Amino acid sequence: MKKEFKVIADLLPKNVRVLDVGCGDGSLMDLLVKEKNIEVRGLELVEENVKKCIYKGLSVIEGNAETELHQFPNQSFDFVVLSQTLQAFYNPEKVLKDLLRIGKSVIISIPNFGYWKVRTSLLLFGKMPVTKNLPNTWYDTPNLHMCTIKDLFDFCSEKNIRIDRAIGVNENSISEIKKSNLEIKNLFSKLGVFLLS
Amino acid sequence: MSNKLENIKKLNVSKSLLLDCKQTVKDFPLAYETYGKLNESKDNAILVFHALTGDQFVSGINPITKKEGWWATAVGPGKAIDTNKYFVICANVIGGCMGSWGPKEIDKKTNEPYGLNFPVITIRDMVKAQETLLDHLGIEKLLCATGGSMGGMQSLQFCTTFPNRTFSAIPIACGTSHSAQNIALNELARQAIMADPVWDKGKYIKKNVQPKNGLAVARMVGHISYLSEKGMQEKFGRKLQEKADYEFSFDADFQVESYLRHQGYTFVERFDANSILYITRAMDYFDLSRQFKGGLIEAFKNQKTKFLIISFSSDWLYTTKENKDTVIALNASGADVSFAEIKTEKGHDSFLVNEPEFLKTLKGFIDSMHIKFKNEKRI
Repeated sequence: MKKEFKVIADLLPKNVRVLDVGCGDGSLMDLLVKEKNIEVRGLELVEENVKKCIYKGLSVIEGNAETELHQFPNQSFDFVVLSQTLQAFYNPEKVLKDLLRIGKSVIISIPNFGYWKVRTSLLLFGKMPVTKNLPNTWYDTPNLHMCTIKDLFDFCSEKNIRIDRAIGVNENSISEIKKSNLEIKNLFSKLGVFLLS
Repeated sequence: MSNKLENIKKLNVSKSLLLDCKQTVKDFPLAYETYGKLNESKDNAILVFHALTGDQFVSGINPITKKEGWWATAVGPGKAIDTNKYFVICANVIGGCMGSWGPKEIDKKTNEPYGLNFPVITIRDMVKAQETLLDHLGIEKLLCATGGSMGGMQSLQFCTTFPNRTFSAIPIACGTSHSAQNIALNELARQAIMADPVWDKGKYIKKNVQPKNGLAVARMVGHISYLSEKGMQEKFGRKLQEKADYEFSFDADFQVESYLRHQGYTFVERFDANSILYITRAMDYFDLSRQFKGGLIEAFKNQKTKFLIISFSSDWLYTTKENKDTVIALNASGADVSFAEIKTEKGHDSFLVNEPEFLKTLKGFIDSMHIKFKNEKRI
């Protein structure tokens, strides 16, 4: 979702160092370089995407975030960004810990499994939800650990991870998520973007 | 061959150079070739470093061997490194035998070819010699320094020894030091040469002969290591060489044998055996972490060069893991580094053959770096 990248870009100050984990074809990196003069590096698993980044003059390392984050030293970036990938790792907890080690702050986004369309899809049809944001069927989805915005709040509090900002994102709107409006935002946000430290 | 070598471009390096072996040298020849034109703003120069058996003739027809230049797949008009756009420079390494200062050159002190009196040189010595060429050509900062295998080692060495002389670098299929396996294979090549009685402790050169058998075996060892197991199986399998059945002899029954023999014996026409000894030694001594107290992180400290490391999935000589270790060290030093692994069955040789994905990556990176370098120069 384009809106998501805009939200992430708005969370970042100018002239900082950012690592984009799972940077895809470099769309977000490109945006950060052009609009914020950010020094950005990417890590990407898919060979084709790695090349697209290289053609654009973006710095990208072909590699697997699940096994290769150890190469980045402690606190070597101001921010580490992970867009809609946390749920696809075998061990999201380990990955998140690594991200918090590498970056002074971490921005992650998750597709919200608590979104009302997802909920009603399972409730009404009794089938695993397939939506615009979660387009894969149960047998070919890369998403091993789906969670909701509320799950992530609980997870962070259990693991002593501070949530500095939480933002609910839909195509045409964004809204701040607080403990007080968590239930309602968890129902009506397609994506959750979190600034963690 | 020596007559023909008189007509090639040579720089007399007048600056004195302290070699790693502590000898100081000056007034020695460095043979080189250039392709394309240096533009007015001097932002389009690319220095290519050649590998073990390469030379300065990167593209077009090699005037000495009359064969296509060793990197004609990548360098030339309209190629990945487009000589219509870029000014490509390549020098024959010192220790080599294509006109640069090497063991077959005449030692002015004795008026005889050096042979084993030539000093043992290193990758750093090679790179220092080539830096003088940039001064000669009036190039303050290169757009890119690149090469594969030993050429890749030279590009890494160049960036650490001269951190401000190139905007970007593409070390291809190499590491920051030579592995035990690579040293072992080089030793095999050297032993093959030294076991040939014609070699005579390197003095063959005075008698105007070559230890052909030893040199050919050395080349065969190299050729096996440049291919992958699968690539070799697909290319040759158990196919017989122009015969229907085994001959029950030790002739080249199998195609793969015939291929190796051909590679070995054509090589002796164009290469000097002592040069192989010296250049393989330089590769074995290569260890960037050893040059810097504090290891690789120190070696790459404050690097402003933008790196692209490229490895090939089937390369077992300089594995993806080894290439990735360079990436890790660069990352740990905070350097700007990209990395791509090209999936291919063509082994270590992949950078020399037509491997479209590799060539596209090379072109994409250089073209994007050129835009960035131009912008940097404008500011």
